[in-house]
Amino acid sequence: MATDVRRAARPASAGVEPEVAEQFEDLEQQHETYELGMWLFLATEVLFFGGLFAGYSAYRIVFHAGFLEGSRHTDVTLGTINTAVLLTSSLTMALAVHSARAGKRKLLAGLLTVTLLLGAAFMVIKGVEYYGEYREGLVPWLGFRFPGPLAGGVDLFFVFYFFMTGLHAIHLTIGIVIVGVIAALARKGRFLREDSTTVEMVGLYWHFIDIVWVFLYPLLYLLSRNGGAP
Amino acid sequence: MNESRSRISGAVAALSGVLTGFLGGLMLRSPVRQPELEPEPTEAPQELAVVRPKREPKNYLNEDYSLRSWLTTTDHKRIAILYMVTITLFFVVGGLAATIIRLNLLRPEGALVRPATYNKLFTLHGVIMVWFFLIPSIPTVLGNFILPMMLGARDLAFPRLNLASYYLFLFGGIFTGTAMLVGGVDTGWTFYTPYSSHFSNSNVTLTAAGVFIAGFSSIFTGLNFIVTTHKMRAPGLTWFRLPIFVWSNYATSIILVLATPVLALTLSALAIERIFRIGIFDPALGGDPVLFQHLFWFYSHPAVYIMILPGMGVVSEIIPCFARKRIFSYKFVAFASMAIAILGFLVWGHHMFVAGQSMYASMVFSILSFLVAIPSAIKVFNWTATLYKGSISFDTPMLYALGFIGLFTIGGLTGLFLASLAVDVSVHDTYFVIAHFHYIMVGGMVMAYLGGMHYWWPKISGRMYPEFWGKVAAITVFIGFNLTFFPQFILGRLGMPRRYHAYPAEFQILNEASTLGASILAVGYGLPLVYLVASLWTGRRAPANPWGATGLEWQTASPPPKHNFDRIPVVTTGPYEYSSEQAERETEAPDQQGGLDRPVKATAGPLRRSPAGEEGGESEEGRHGD
Repeated sequence: MATDVRRAARPASAGVEPEVAEQFEDLEQQHETYELGMWLFLATEVLFFGGLFAGYSAYRIVFHAGFLEGSRHTDVTLGTINTAVLLTSSLTMALAVHSARAGKRKLLAGLLTVTLLLGAAFMVIKGVEYYGEYREGLVPWLGFRFPGPLAGGVDLFFVFYFFMTGLHAIHLTIGIVIVGVIAALARKGRFLREDSTTVEMVGLYWHFIDIVWVFLYPLLYLLSRNGGAP
Repeated sequence: MNESRSRISGAVAALSGVLTGFLGGLMLRSPVRQPELEPEPTEAPQELAVVRPKREPKNYLNEDYSLRSWLTTTDHKRIAILYMVTITLFFVVGGLAATIIRLNLLRPEGALVRPATYNKLFTLHGVIMVWFFLIPSIPTVLGNFILPMMLGARDLAFPRLNLASYYLFLFGGIFTGTAMLVGGVDTGWTFYTPYSSHFSNSNVTLTAAGVFIAGFSSIFTGLNFIVTTHKMRAPGLTWFRLPIFVWSNYATSIILVLATPVLALTLSALAIERIFRIGIFDPALGGDPVLFQHLFWFYSHPAVYIMILPGMGVVSEIIPCFARKRIFSYKFVAFASMAIAILGFLVWGHHMFVAGQSMYASMVFSILSFLVAIPSAIKVFNWTATLYKGSISFDTPMLYALGFIGLFTIGGLTGLFLASLAVDVSVHDTYFVIAHFHYIMVGGMVMAYLGGMHYWWPKISGRMYPEFWGKVAAITVFIGFNLTFFPQFILGRLGMPRRYHAYPAEFQILNEASTLGASILAVGYGLPLVYLVASLWTGRRAPANPWGATGLEWQTASPPPKHNFDRIPVVTTGPYEYSSEQAERETEAPDQQGGLDRPVKATAGPLRRSPAGEEGGESEEGRHGD
């Protein structure tokens, strides 16, 4: 095939040469392309969550009191712990990307595993939280019970609470699976130095999940805990 | 339940059967057309210049005939063919629904179907045509095939994602098709709440799931195009040397990537509301149905530009080629695409002038909607200015392109009626709206799609289509289209509402005219289906550049080899270097061949793009620049 001729003509560089797909000229082009593709994908994700944020904002204005009341019933302690857990996982992910570039195999595998465990810990804590909300009768479609005139607004608040955190949890679950796969591959010596593109892409995705949470946390947990200002 | 399940599997089997049939035809055709088996006595001597080897050179079609090689291909050209076959199927399904609708409207009380069936038919027509034909049409077929070649690339940036995108589209189509077969949907393609969430007993969730899945296919295609345009351009191919087709697909991709996620979210919310019976949009629970409309149109209005921008790109390729002139004011045409894409995000509220939206919001949306007319008009004026003093030849693609300009202008101007606050109150939800958007979608996009299909057919199939039948079909489509939809402007102005199976007797004559037009239109659409497929066996072999066009895609064989170019071209000039002297020579030369098949034009004016080798090795400049 014509491309094989081209590929053979490329000077072999030193070290482990990651594969260049046939549509690209060289590694640099491939790397830049993947990077741009990932950023664009994250842009679509922003718009996906953006629709939810828009709906949340609209209803928060219309049902201001109900949303405040709903927010008071979220578990701010667990939410705060989870924020810390997730932000720490972002730190370990950033360090993992760094160690991949530096070519440190064991450190990379270790950091990815820590990231994975922190992500899993977040999911466990979130599950405990969901169970508590179920016990309190705050799940809109599973025996929702909330006395008083604010029930409508609180109901809507929890619809958005579960929709947003649920969508976030789905993204995080996908992230945990991917990090698990690349952690296993990293243990076998993949993704070092020039080959680190994959880790960088996963890192971008992971940070994106964190950033979504950074917005969810104040909107859902801190809304009612700002000293009474609107 | 069992019955519906068996019907589902029946539908899946039928769909895959038809798909296999089409692909089988494509695969079978190549061995049959070996030169030995098929002498071509009509060859004119002037074509001897084209070297004709005993065996066909390897190209993307004949390198592997197995079904597996088609279904697992990552070649952008083959994926384009898969899309072409699939969307043609959807077009036929949507067209059949339209046929029954038009037949039913022959009589004031409804001639054919029950009211409930009628509701399901127009929903089917809308859903299939919008999401499974119009939105994918030009980007996924012509864009997939031509865009990488226009960029001088071997493939799109993410070939496997491209294939995944096709399968997502197919599965989305199967979901939606299944929903239609097991009972249909009656909400209209807009899925307005609370009817869709709490009242309709039809398969809303399944349909929405299909559209949701197909939406991700759109997102991946758009992402692929944007990254490819940024990172895969041939050396020397700067942004302002890109063909307008690339610019308009780039603008389209921005909308695909940024608007479609919002539709995905909106449909998920709708499904959640329906499944769990909780109120997000339901007023009974404090939700707001207008919020659904806002979110829906935040996607669906830009989606209208997804449907028209690629068509504008096709027309911008055809007009300079058949007028033998450089496009008038290239940069304005290029930036007009971007302006339409950006402004298109800011006008969604004009769908809700009578939905209880704030009056002041409506005023802003009205003004913004008028602003979109400016870049659209820039394009129309620049196409006509390109024609001015051009050496125009009326080949089939050109007929479609000229039809596009006229019909798009009517469609666009009537859009301004609808963007006017006061006029909209009177014509809102009438046939005036139907006529308006069909002038854009059918008169614009489908004309452009057919024009582009004829223009690039030699490149795609390696065969020429029959010019005579091409012209007949183009004129038939134009006449049929106008007869179908022009009466609907009048009907709408007279007050006939959309989406009703019956109407007052006084509207009958105009409805009959419309149905008559629709039957002519059906013939016009049927013709290309027949002669294009037939041309795979009987068509004249296409030379590399039958139109003497200047795009990079014409500088490689027809059909192209698997990796498009034997050597990556180096670009040194702009995209439309048609020379007027060359055009004059062509007009002076006597028409030797005449008859049904037009003579092949001499190769384009000055060869503007030369293979890499002649430029003293590969230049890395331009390759990574963005």
